[in-house]
Amino acid sequence: MKILIKNGRLLDPASGRDETGDLAIATGRIVQIGGAVRDFDADRTIDATGLVVAPGLVDLAARLREPGHEHEGMLETELAAAAAGGVTSLVCPPDTDPTLDEPGLVEMLKFRARKLSRCRLFPLGALTKNLDGTALTEMAELTESGCIGFSQADAPIRDTTVLLRALQYAATYGYTVWLRPQDAWLSGGVAASGAVATRLGLSGVPVMAETVAMHTLFELMRATGARVHLCRLSSAAGVELLRAAKREGLPVTADVSINSLHLTDVDIGYFNAAMRLNPPLRQQRDRDALRAALADGTIDALVSDHMPVAPDEKNVPFAEATPGATGLELLLPLALRWAQDAGLPMARGLAVVTSEPVRAMGNALGSLAASAGRLVEGGVADVCVFDADARWAVAPDQLQSQGKHTPFAFECSGFEMPARVRHTLVAGTVAYSCAS
Amino acid sequence: MNRGHHMLSKRNPQLNKHGELIHLLSIEGLPQAVIHQILDTAGTFLSVNDREVKKVPLLRGKSVFNLFFENSTRTRTTFEIAAKRLSADVINLDIARSSTAKGETLLDTVANLSAMHADMFVVRHSESGAPHLIAQHCAPHVHVVNAGDGRHAHPTQGLLDMYTIRHFKRDFTQLRVAIVGDIVHSRVARSDIHALNILGVPEIRAVGPKTLVPGDLREMGVRVCHSLEEGIKDADVIIMLRLQNERMSGAMLPSAGEFFKHFGLTPEKLALAKPDAIVMHPGPINRGVEIASEVADGTHSVILPQVTFGIAVRMAVMSILAGNEA
Repeated sequence: MKILIKNGRLLDPASGRDETGDLAIATGRIVQIGGAVRDFDADRTIDATGLVVAPGLVDLAARLREPGHEHEGMLETELAAAAAGGVTSLVCPPDTDPTLDEPGLVEMLKFRARKLSRCRLFPLGALTKNLDGTALTEMAELTESGCIGFSQADAPIRDTTVLLRALQYAATYGYTVWLRPQDAWLSGGVAASGAVATRLGLSGVPVMAETVAMHTLFELMRATGARVHLCRLSSAAGVELLRAAKREGLPVTADVSINSLHLTDVDIGYFNAAMRLNPPLRQQRDRDALRAALADGTIDALVSDHMPVAPDEKNVPFAEATPGATGLELLLPLALRWAQDAGLPMARGLAVVTSEPVRAMGNALGSLAASAGRLVEGGVADVCVFDADARWAVAPDQLQSQGKHTPFAFECSGFEMPARVRHTLVAGTVAYSCAS
Repeated sequence: MNRGHHMLSKRNPQLNKHGELIHLLSIEGLPQAVIHQILDTAGTFLSVNDREVKKVPLLRGKSVFNLFFENSTRTRTTFEIAAKRLSADVINLDIARSSTAKGETLLDTVANLSAMHADMFVVRHSESGAPHLIAQHCAPHVHVVNAGDGRHAHPTQGLLDMYTIRHFKRDFTQLRVAIVGDIVHSRVARSDIHALNILGVPEIRAVGPKTLVPGDLREMGVRVCHSLEEGIKDADVIIMLRLQNERMSGAMLPSAGEFFKHFGLTPEKLALAKPDAIVMHPGPINRGVEIASEVADGTHSVILPQVTFGIAVRMAVMSILAGNEA
């Protein structure tokens, strides 16, 4: 299959390329970028006049809910959502049911995803068996079966000795440990501590839940040399600790979710369960700090934190609602909107969802690391073609994802989304296409 | 970009587009005029309670469902009396022991009861925001009264407290009000604080140890005091809160005895307040834990009048709601 994408604005944040021209694809790889491609006998030509041709998006946190939560999301629907959102690679945490603590489960998941050929799937293995924080998993075996790192998802390890051992063991093989910084004892609440939680009578999660965990983690990193990716920072104080750790030279990277980047606890309004999220939405000074940290590179990547939740799990009192929101189809618009709001060029908005997350994934991607999240001649043809001038409002029923709950639904947020994906290509195959 | 418009779901859900009360979910956001309307109406019902035949026909033919997902004999009884004095049919459902125990969801329970042609739901639930959820999902003609949700609100208690203060003190704008005890877990305290702020009380003090009165509370518009002496000095009104049994020993407080020694209201401590100070308590009281018997039964105590006013205030709320349309 040979595909020619003609006359688009070729925008590649990693190389700084920003020019109008063609992109030629053959046998899953980009064979020519830029200029006018001639003498290329394309099977399919995509006219990209007026559209942006960018690397496919890389999302470091998306739950597909399979296995175990098929009523909330399945590979078919959620990978379709990824393709519709221009996401060509995604990292999924191990909190499925059963958890991803057995190589066979990981192989099955990768096999199912490959058959759908909508998106590349990079699972995180469970750091401890059943995520219960007591016994280590077979990390080397899991890596062979396709895990690119190890995580506890939203189940923090209570016993610091186990955390120390897990970091030591992972460091032995150079595996990255992906942890959401949250102290197990301080993170029991349902909304961020502060004026809103106090007023609404919701139990609070103090900023300390994040910073206490980070202090502990950084101390253990110094002792073990483990490489850690911090998932979904939520507070200004957390950002400061991360900045200091990076300055010190600790091998740490971090991401922030689209929710924490754009919303605050005030958006909870009158107990809107769509705003029940993990980590909880914090205050404006936290959001401002997260935005600034993403801009200056202290936070490496922006993630969708995609989590489809069934309606029955949200139509309950706020505290009883399952945390999470759908997000794969909103990652690109919310990245670009952040860049726009911050007065940054579009390329910077794209970088935090393409080349930067790939860098944060480190050497786990193997040969793919050289071209995923970029437009490189000879590299994989993972491409997102989008209309940067389109403006749209999120109508949950029109999302591909089985999860229909999002804080960005127009009727409750009033958010206007910039940019609409027109074509998504994964390994040179069209995974999604929408005419207008 | 466009985020200026306040979307439908952000409008105060207890008011209709004319600013009239259609549900009573929280005191927060109520216009001062609506609060005074409720208190004035309650005043007219007080005389009904003194009559030989204690009934008016305002809710004749209406069905009021008491939905108590959390047990409370006292509050449920006062709502029942209030509804019956308005001539409504009252159905008590002790849901804590029936449907939800069988796995039915909150909204399914409400949908089933709506199908039985309920006109009003009086809801108590252990989770903050549950009455909001019910109000969002019930038929437009149904009114929801929050009878206490989690730590969030207990608006009829707040209103009866305001009635009591207005009855004994007249003018809100010259008062010092101290609220003492377990404020962080108290829906009564939150409703009182909102009401006192709306009614123009210049100084509201939240009094208790830091575990029960965290600094965050300042953002609700109160002065935080960590000693009872400082908290009740020259106060006109002292509202003592009930200390729940489960908090009397553990990580919040070491013991009821130590709490009483430092934050219990005794005649000696009460002497620091204004000579004509009133002492209130939402009940049921723990004698010797938050309040000494001499104070609870003493001349400053208005705890029993609060109960009487509570019936009239709940009658006022129900009759006003029944007269307004979504």
